[in-house]
Amino acid sequence: MTEKRTIRKWFWVWDFEKEERWLNEMAQSGWVLIAVGWCRYTFEKCEPGEYIVRLEMRGGDDSYIEFMKETGAIYIGRMIQWLYFCKKAEDGAFDIFSDRESKISHLDRIGKMLEIIGAANLLIGIVNAWNGSFIGTVNLLLGTLLMYGLGRIHGKKEELERDRQLYE
Amino acid sequence: MDRDLALTESTYYILLSLYRPQHGYGIMQQTEALSGGRVRLAAGTLYGALNTMCEKGWIFQLPVESGSRKKEYQLTEKGLLVLKKEIERLRELVKNGDLIMGVENND
Repeated sequence: MTEKRTIRKWFWVWDFEKEERWLNEMAQSGWVLIAVGWCRYTFEKCEPGEYIVRLEMRGGDDSYIEFMKETGAIYIGRMIQWLYFCKKAEDGAFDIFSDRESKISHLDRIGKMLEIIGAANLLIGIVNAWNGSFIGTVNLLLGTLLMYGLGRIHGKKEELERDRQLYE
Repeated sequence: MDRDLALTESTYYILLSLYRPQHGYGIMQQTEALSGGRVRLAAGTLYGALNTMCEKGWIFQLPVESGSRKKEYQLTEKGLLVLKKEIERLRELVKNGDLIMGVENND
């Protein structure tokens, strides 16, 4: 049986690039992701550098996963809205987004989610704090943190948008 | 009909690939081959572009044949017009480039 190992690790949503980098470092060192869970990553032994791993946020859409499989990608699994794919490195470069506009709309999807959950927490937090409830403080802290994340996503987006004036 | 807007390279090559019926992976391969490996379409980008182009009525999805699960797409009349207009626009750009810069530009 192939050797397996599970690692518990936490990444903030706005650090999704860092998460992807880590998963690829694991693949480089001979461990490819085969399953994802809540802060849980399961790996299987593979040849070092055999796979390239990619992740993205996208709503539940089975026809998309089918489409990815048609293009030779292997579907690893999902964690809520996040999809994880890999592809054999020998099949050539593997990316999910190849142009600026689709990278921007991906960031928009993440931003929207942070905005909704963040704003809801701030709102509930204010109401609860008004009523003197301790939970209100937790909501306010969480809401503030998510708004910070939203700022990080906006920063990434602005970097991409800067080129728009010059390039199609 | 977005008369004044230039297509992105991805959009241009996707439309060009759909001059004949083609499925997603075929579009990716054809684009890479036509551009000599310079333009590479990633699957997530292509999927979004295909959906948008279907909504705009530039392309349509062919009826799925039994036995094959791969969805095939092709240009509509409208899509063909968009593509022709873009080729015309690109010709104008190159023509003016040659006009101003002269032949040395073609070395």
